[in-house]
Amino acid sequence: MVDFTTYFKFIIMKKQTYEELRASELRHQDAICVNESEKEESFSDNIKYLIVGLFFGIIFIKAEIISWFRIQEMFQLKSFFMYGVIGSAVIVGMISIFFIKKLRIKTLQGEQIEVADKTFNKGQIYGGIIFGLGWAMTGACPGPLFAQMGYGASVIFVTFMSAILGTWVYGKFRDKLPH
Amino acid sequence: MMEFLKQPWPWYIAGPFIGLTVPVLLILGNKTFGISSSLRHLCASCMPCDIPFFQYDWKKETWNLFFVVGIFLGGVIANLFLTDPQSIFVDQPLQENLAKYGITDFSGLVPHDLFNWQSLFTLRGFILMVVGGFLVGFGTRYAGGCTSGHSIMGLSNLQWPSLVATICFMIGGFIMTWLILPLILNL
Repeated sequence: MVDFTTYFKFIIMKKQTYEELRASELRHQDAICVNESEKEESFSDNIKYLIVGLFFGIIFIKAEIISWFRIQEMFQLKSFFMYGVIGSAVIVGMISIFFIKKLRIKTLQGEQIEVADKTFNKGQIYGGIIFGLGWAMTGACPGPLFAQMGYGASVIFVTFMSAILGTWVYGKFRDKLPH
Repeated sequence: MMEFLKQPWPWYIAGPFIGLTVPVLLILGNKTFGISSSLRHLCASCMPCDIPFFQYDWKKETWNLFFVVGIFLGGVIANLFLTDPQSIFVDQPLQENLAKYGITDFSGLVPHDLFNWQSLFTLRGFILMVVGGFLVGFGTRYAGGCTSGHSIMGLSNLQWPSLVATICFMIGGFIMTWLILPLILNL
């Protein structure tokens, strides 16, 4: 006799795995900011990222990275400052990732650290140029937008909402854009 | 100590700290540094509208939203406790150049002459804030990342697509600054 309950459980399980796979596929589409961790995290687990963000935001303000003038100086080649910031950040990041991979360092929860490779598509060219245009106009990439709002520039909320709309419109017309 | 905290920090302090975010997020929980994705998660959580690009388990990315809320709060704290009253140092020729467009207030990180609620309703302000913001949101997602995801995280991980993206960010920025922005500022 067939055990129907097990059978249905099996079907439901299969469907779940399929949907999970599909979801992770979609998340990997832009290969950025994917959460590699398999662990479920609760509200209190997430607080640590808020604290990292908080320090990050303070650095943004204190180094004046969120300043429209700094971005203008960078693009007008009038100052080394922003090149120094990004350059030294990349060097520190590079050394860190080198050692994380080399020493096979694990996360605090004991998970193997994985960094997904990025796959090339033409979006990096077209989208990159479009973002560059917006960056020089607003003087802010997405990170500084949050810091600027926190710093009290209330009107930047409009820029922020517009950026969300831009992301949404990209998602809407993604299939029609060259990649 | 407080004196130091109140001054603007040099690039060789700020840059390495920003770079350290990469290993800190990885070690804390296998998280890949990136900020523009938060905009996607907000779309996915608030208005997915059956768009496949927004059909994923955004709750799994909640950490990213906590991270950006942290950045916001960092801005609040810096504003309340860590600001110095002096106006920021802006390159002299740039100041003179900007003065031609009526930008004379260099005291804020966000130029008051350009970004305020009144100017939002002028053509110049509308283009800079609304159109500019749209391009940031659209472009970063199209490129699959922003300065943090590509230029810092991607380059740190020696990803050549991120190098392509970073070069294109700069090309776009140069085109805007040298060719288009003077026209917008003249409006």
